[in-house]
Amino acid sequence: MEGIAGKMKIKFRLNGRLINADIPGGMRLIDLLREDFNLTGTREGCGKGECGACTVLLDGKPVNSCLVLAAQLKGRAMVTIEGLSDGDTLDPVQRAFLEATAVQCGFCSPGLILAAKSLLDKYPDPSEEQIKRAISGNLCRCTGYSKVFKAIKMASETHRNSK
Amino acid sequence: MGLIGKSVIKAGGVERVTGKGTFVADIKLPGMVYCAVIRSPVARGDIIAIDDSSCNRVKGYLGLFTAKSIPGNNVIPIVFRDQPCFAAKRVNYHGEPIGVVAAESKAIAHTALNRIKVTVKELEGLIDPLKAWGHRKIKLYGDDNIFRHSKIRRGDVESAFRECEVIIEDTYTTPYQEHAYIEPQGMVANPLPDGTMEIYGSMQCPFYVREAVAEVLALPLSDVRVIQTSTGGGFGGKEDVPSLVACQAALPACLLKRPVKLIYERDEDMISMSKRHPSWIHYKSGATADGILRAIQAEYIIDGGAYSTLSPVVLFRGTVHSMGPYRCENVHIDSYAVATNKVPCGAFRGFGSPQILFAVESQMDRLAQGLKMDPAEFRRRNLLKTGDTTSFGQKLSWSVGAKETLEKVVEHSGWRNHIPESAGDKRIGYGLSTVFYGVGLGAGGKHLARTGARVMVEPDASVTFSVGTTDMGQGMQTVLAQVVAQELGLPFENVRMMPTDTSRVPDSGPTVASRATTMSGNALIIACEKPRDSILTEASILLKIEKHNVVIDEGIAFDRKDGRLKVTIKEIIKNCFGKRMPLTGDGWYNTPETSWDNETGIGEPYVTYAWASNIVKLAVDTQTGEVEVLKISSAHDVGKAINPAMVECQIEGGVIQGLGFALTEEMMADSKGKLLNPEFSTYIIPTASDVPEIEPIIVEHPYPDGPYGARGFGEQPLMGIAPAVANAVADAVGVRITDLPITAEKIWRALRAK
Repeated sequence: MEGIAGKMKIKFRLNGRLINADIPGGMRLIDLLREDFNLTGTREGCGKGECGACTVLLDGKPVNSCLVLAAQLKGRAMVTIEGLSDGDTLDPVQRAFLEATAVQCGFCSPGLILAAKSLLDKYPDPSEEQIKRAISGNLCRCTGYSKVFKAIKMASETHRNSK
Repeated sequence: MGLIGKSVIKAGGVERVTGKGTFVADIKLPGMVYCAVIRSPVARGDIIAIDDSSCNRVKGYLGLFTAKSIPGNNVIPIVFRDQPCFAAKRVNYHGEPIGVVAAESKAIAHTALNRIKVTVKELEGLIDPLKAWGHRKIKLYGDDNIFRHSKIRRGDVESAFRECEVIIEDTYTTPYQEHAYIEPQGMVANPLPDGTMEIYGSMQCPFYVREAVAEVLALPLSDVRVIQTSTGGGFGGKEDVPSLVACQAALPACLLKRPVKLIYERDEDMISMSKRHPSWIHYKSGATADGILRAIQAEYIIDGGAYSTLSPVVLFRGTVHSMGPYRCENVHIDSYAVATNKVPCGAFRGFGSPQILFAVESQMDRLAQGLKMDPAEFRRRNLLKTGDTTSFGQKLSWSVGAKETLEKVVEHSGWRNHIPESAGDKRIGYGLSTVFYGVGLGAGGKHLARTGARVMVEPDASVTFSVGTTDMGQGMQTVLAQVVAQELGLPFENVRMMPTDTSRVPDSGPTVASRATTMSGNALIIACEKPRDSILTEASILLKIEKHNVVIDEGIAFDRKDGRLKVTIKEIIKNCFGKRMPLTGDGWYNTPETSWDNETGIGEPYVTYAWASNIVKLAVDTQTGEVEVLKISSAHDVGKAINPAMVECQIEGGVIQGLGFALTEEMMADSKGKLLNPEFSTYIIPTASDVPEIEPIIVEHPYPDGPYGARGFGEQPLMGIAPAVANAVADAVGVRITDLPITAEKIWRALRAK
């Protein structure tokens, strides 16, 4: 690896696609997504890992992309909100957020949805406490969270019924 | 009324859950320039020099823009004209903008910002509003540093207090509250070759932004077009201050003739943007032995910060709400907005009322306690009802649902049915509050109390509509689309709201004061009249029936008397176009008159009021003072819930924002006026882990002048939570906290002092 200003060649998976890229050493993951890949669903709310609006899934785990260097993607698989739906078909978590009225301004919704997705992948039938803990790093100032809890429970039911 | 009262799914919701780039930060234009704002390092001082000579070697640096660069007037017009776009000679608060640097990239702009040398001669500032008031030497505004004094004089307070069985008198204080919208402020300014300026950004009030940009750039209003992008929360924090942000981007854009993007950093946003006014309240109220609220005397002081911005109108609303939703014939209120050397405070959900209502509703419980009366029963005896006259002398002719909201929360919360619970060190308490909210701008802003709308039906029966108010997440877009679809008899999916844009409808005033649904809803109903008439006329021809017998609903027109006789609206609209019938309509709605006497505070300040009651159930740990909120029941008279699920979501969101105000949120300033905790790790807003069970309850007493009976209510879910929490803490452990936020430490100290 070169110095902080230097570039490094890395391979990673972005929303299922294999990517080969030259990444500047000091570049933040959120900037790579928003500026180079035009994936604007990853939002910047604080730039300090305090709000969760820039959440993406790295090897299935939610991380704040403002605190991760793009170079850390090497050999890993990442999912952003754009990779969750299958064309026009929404993921059950996305659909549940709409049906439960869990979206107001929508700025934090991609982060919340990805955090919920990661939870449900691990625990298909989460308890209320597990839900609260899983999204406690994602601030939402509009909804008061109640309808977000409801959405995650709805998605969990859909998920179980489809099996 | 097929679509009215139906919880349809959010218009624009799919874009939100799939992360489409509809926010201002997502805009990329060719040749875009980035800028960063230079800010005052002190609370008060004289600018000696701003030196950018060390930036000239920075590749991609495009220049420095200050007050001297402004082609028009260096002023952000709001109520008065005292706030500059950039401080020219004197800085008046820490973080005040004094210029911007522009560069080819955001990183270069920040490099330049760090190299700029600002020399300011620091002067003694006024930080404490109680000391600033009438300060003999330092004059920040007028002779006495008072932006506005409001008052109410009714009856005879002195003799009324003599009749009281119980009198409670105390001082209450509340801190800054930060809006903490998750999307930071941001604007893009795009100068066009024809000399006009386009502004895109996160905002509540595009017409305010247009006025400010025109003023600063010396352009006619016709040459500035402002388009709202998706707005990630506002809560009042995107009412007036986006005008500043827009001018900071528009000035370099105008002079460089290139598009400019400015997105605020979070700490920059928290330091420099508006907040809820810190307040100091001295409140005295008394009740007679039969439980009648007899007299209220109060002094209410809000810390306006360095410039008046919205303080005069915030104070107006606070004053009107300073007696709570009760009958009281003897009232003496003095309220003041004071100038200090701190960030200007402005609009925040409730607009000057949550502070004073914290005092009002704490007092109500203490009076009830003094009378040995159930707090619900004491309120019941004094609550306004239809036909009553308010304490500011307004007769309420309709739709006062205050008492029903009270009975609903009492019934749903288990109020007072509990056996005193104490598990270990924990004590359970219940706290009540009842509040009201004057809907719309009212007499404080009546010249702006109008709104426009435009509806256009296309040949394929799809519809676009435009309004001058904005959606910032509250759900206006969906609710208004429901109204338009209902008026035209079309399915909801056929109707699309165009982004709010100053070039589409006349100046419709701001999106504040819980006015959007009521005002734009009414304007849209008027705008739908002409296309609706064309549809009904053509339907009557096709169905061969009288026009008044035609019913249109969700895409079908049918005979009121014989449901079998039908024709699709699609076919009707196709015919209308063939016959060149009008299918476009404009609407313009003015509110009925309001009034207010500045000397007596008597009048009809708002056209209608929304009503609410809350009951908070919580547990207090007597060893640590920690509060665990268990359940909040919150009932709201909204006139008519056009979309009940969205009404619930507004209640839940407001309640939690109010819970933050009650328990954790406190922006702190040091003795030199510098804000100390401008980040989410130190300014603590509720997270998912802090949320108790919330029970939203909808009460509907229709407002006759509202669309389908609806009236705005979006602010009031926040307003009564802090006093309900204080009352519940007092109920649980017998200590009364009078300064927000109600922290464990304050409770612990009060318990020790008992």
